Amino acid sequence: MYQYDQYDQAMVDARVEEFRDQCRRRLEGTLTEDQFKPLRLQNGLYLQLHAYMLRVAIPYGTLSGKQMHALADIADKYDRGYGHFTTRQNIQYNWIKLEDCGDILADLAKVEMHAIQTSGNCIRNISSDQYAGAAADELVDPRPYAELLRQWSSFHPEFAHLPRKFKICVIASEKDRAAMRLHDIGINIVKNAEGTLGVAFYVGGGMGRTPMIAPLIREFVPLDQMVTYSEACLRVYNRHGRRDNKYKARIKILVHEMGAEEYTRQVEEEFAHLLEQDIEPPIAELDRIRSYFQPPEFATGLAEKADRSDPDFALWIDRNCSPHKVPGYVSAAISLKPVGGIPGDASAQQMHLMAELAKDYSFDECRVTHAQNIILPHVEVGRLYELWEKLDEAGLGTANLDQVGDIIACPGLDYCSLANARSIPVSQKISERFAANGKGELLGELKLKISGCINACGHHHAGHIGILGVDRKGVENYQLLLGGSEAEDVSLAKITGPGFNEDGIVDAVETVADLYLERREDGERFLDTYRRLGMDTFKEALYG
Amino acid sequence: MADRNPVDLGTGRDDVQLRFRSDEQAGIAAVTVDSFLDQPDAEAVRIEPGDNALDLLPHLSRLRLVEVNFPAFTDGRGYSSARTLREHGYTGELRAVGDVLVDQLRFMRRCGFDAFAPDAPINEADAAAALERFDHVYQPAADEAVPIWTLRHG
Amino acid sequence: MKILTGNDLKSGAVVWWDGQGWSTHITEAVDAGENADSIIATEDAARRVNAAYAIDAEQTEDGPRPAHIKDRVRALGPTIRPDLAVPAADKMGWDWVI
Repeated sequence: MYQYDQYDQAMVDARVEEFRDQCRRRLEGTLTEDQFKPLRLQNGLYLQLHAYMLRVAIPYGTLSGKQMHALADIADKYDRGYGHFTTRQNIQYNWIKLEDCGDILADLAKVEMHAIQTSGNCIRNISSDQYAGAAADELVDPRPYAELLRQWSSFHPEFAHLPRKFKICVIASEKDRAAMRLHDIGINIVKNAEGTLGVAFYVGGGMGRTPMIAPLIREFVPLDQMVTYSEACLRVYNRHGRRDNKYKARIKILVHEMGAEEYTRQVEEEFAHLLEQDIEPPIAELDRIRSYFQPPEFATGLAEKADRSDPDFALWIDRNCSPHKVPGYVSAAISLKPVGGIPGDASAQQMHLMAELAKDYSFDECRVTHAQNIILPHVEVGRLYELWEKLDEAGLGTANLDQVGDIIACPGLDYCSLANARSIPVSQKISERFAANGKGELLGELKLKISGCINACGHHHAGHIGILGVDRKGVENYQLLLGGSEAEDVSLAKITGPGFNEDGIVDAVETVADLYLERREDGERFLDTYRRLGMDTFKEALYG
Repeated sequence: MADRNPVDLGTGRDDVQLRFRSDEQAGIAAVTVDSFLDQPDAEAVRIEPGDNALDLLPHLSRLRLVEVNFPAFTDGRGYSSARTLREHGYTGELRAVGDVLVDQLRFMRRCGFDAFAPDAPINEADAAAALERFDHVYQPAADEAVPIWTLRHG
Repeated sequence: MKILTGNDLKSGAVVWWDGQGWSTHITEAVDAGENADSIIATEDAARRVNAAYAIDAEQTEDGPRPAHIKDRVRALGPTIRPDLAVPAADKMGWDWVI
């Protein structure tokens, strides 16, 4: 894992003092709320429905046991004993006091963490593949590149007041587990024909009210020009991104309205200029960062098969464990989606347990996924059973990764001041329904994603089944979407038709699931059947 | 960080409150980008957020003052305008005017601004603290600060 | 009726204008009538409240009931965490919210 040196530490320490000072000036009245708001947002502090909410950055989703313990301690000491893991691989706390913020940031800085740029119109936390460094199919570990971009984008003086927020994702495999093409910039580490590593740039993707899949704008940028190319992409956006309408201010609108070709032309022009400015970090810096991401000392000669005699355990292995690049290891997913639970929430106690399990079973590392689960990346197959027993005892052993119960849900109207409808109760009812009727067992991979408003924090456009909460004359109403995918077969889901009330949407999900069960062909996932049959067949089943 | 001490702190004319240059202030009025491009002898220009700084590049040699207006501090186009001018060799006064606030000063300095004419006076103790708080920077910009990644590797 | 709500600047807690100051219990909210804007301006400037706004509400036996579900959720707390409900307001129950 990456470790701060004196410079990184000095930067976060200075930030703590800066934010303390800004809070002080707000409380004294020398900063107005209008002036303070962008400052607090760039430090992850929102004013939400019930209180201040603090979003803490988890760079590329990677946490040590010590850091997870610290997150649990913050939940206990400053919040109400729990936290919420987000679709951006971060964690947020819902009941924060402004006057505690400086102390919280100081506590975070002690474990090399921060809340820098987790909100606001700036470059946000860099996300990545939760199986980085472990996945059998990755080209390289993408995290050193993400870390380099983290440093480049932190306190970037030119890009702190962009037209709108800016999200970057870095992956290094053909399989996309991080919704790479639904980011403002999606970076894929690739090899060219000569076998040299480089970077493919996809620019202008995103969800929100106008979902777009990012087009490829450069197939191959040499590794030692990645930062310069990123800077060029951002500068053209900062120069020309729309500022007249916040709903049209994301880079996806610029790329769309300008045309990917013209945007690319301007980026290339700026890139040529910036190459002369010598802004790229020395390649030795990438080597230095890489040295922190060396594989742990994996054992050899381990058993590659687990004892599957306990059927519940066997099911958990099949559903929650992923292939590892080293024989005898797997990556194990801890589902934060118990039946009827709140997606992504974890109590302080559960966080402490996950921290200990990371230490004991996974070389002191865990990951947060964009689907709001936790991964232990490097677990010996032979120790999986004892791990699973401990998880199960703590309510963390649900075997439902990528199943209908593994629902992504935004906080919705229960917490969020932007939401139009509640997301969590809908997700609870759906997971309970499919657990009770037994159909959940039959459905296989089915990604269900719920947003409580058009901003799409719950990724509803990317769900095999998506649900969008809307406000219909003051009453919560839910639209159903079908056919989305955030993966390498990326697509945007389409709305089926008129919306449903809370119980109606649960029935509607069951209706489309039933249609799939009835009509699926061998090996087809829900998404495949939908793509084969088309929307009309599903509409017919829903609306008759 | 280079050149921390404001010259003529709070005493500049023409509403310039903070200035980080030792030369005389140019006593000339800035004109719009369109007017500037039409007037071959104009020496000062004011860039509005929608103006493209690239249009000025052929005329840098006659420029003695560039004002960049920030009608709202949240509109960050001026940061790119400033850096673009500096990267292309403009060395004259680069003045941020308008909704210029203490918490944006440091990034403005890093993008090449060396004079500030804020709508509302900036508390000078707060300004000094803001400019001194961070000892390091992660990335290069239009200032002399050496990025951390260069410090790490000599 | 028009009632006023916002958040306490320091703690962030949801608060309601009770005629004299800001209460965490919606049951104590009073009709601000014509004075909504001036109260908000004064209180905001004095930093006794943050992000205050006026909402429509209906006077009921249980006290004022906001017209919009969002403000009813604010009054009671997240509907999925009854253990975190605002004390003394939770007697109204979740039916009151939905």
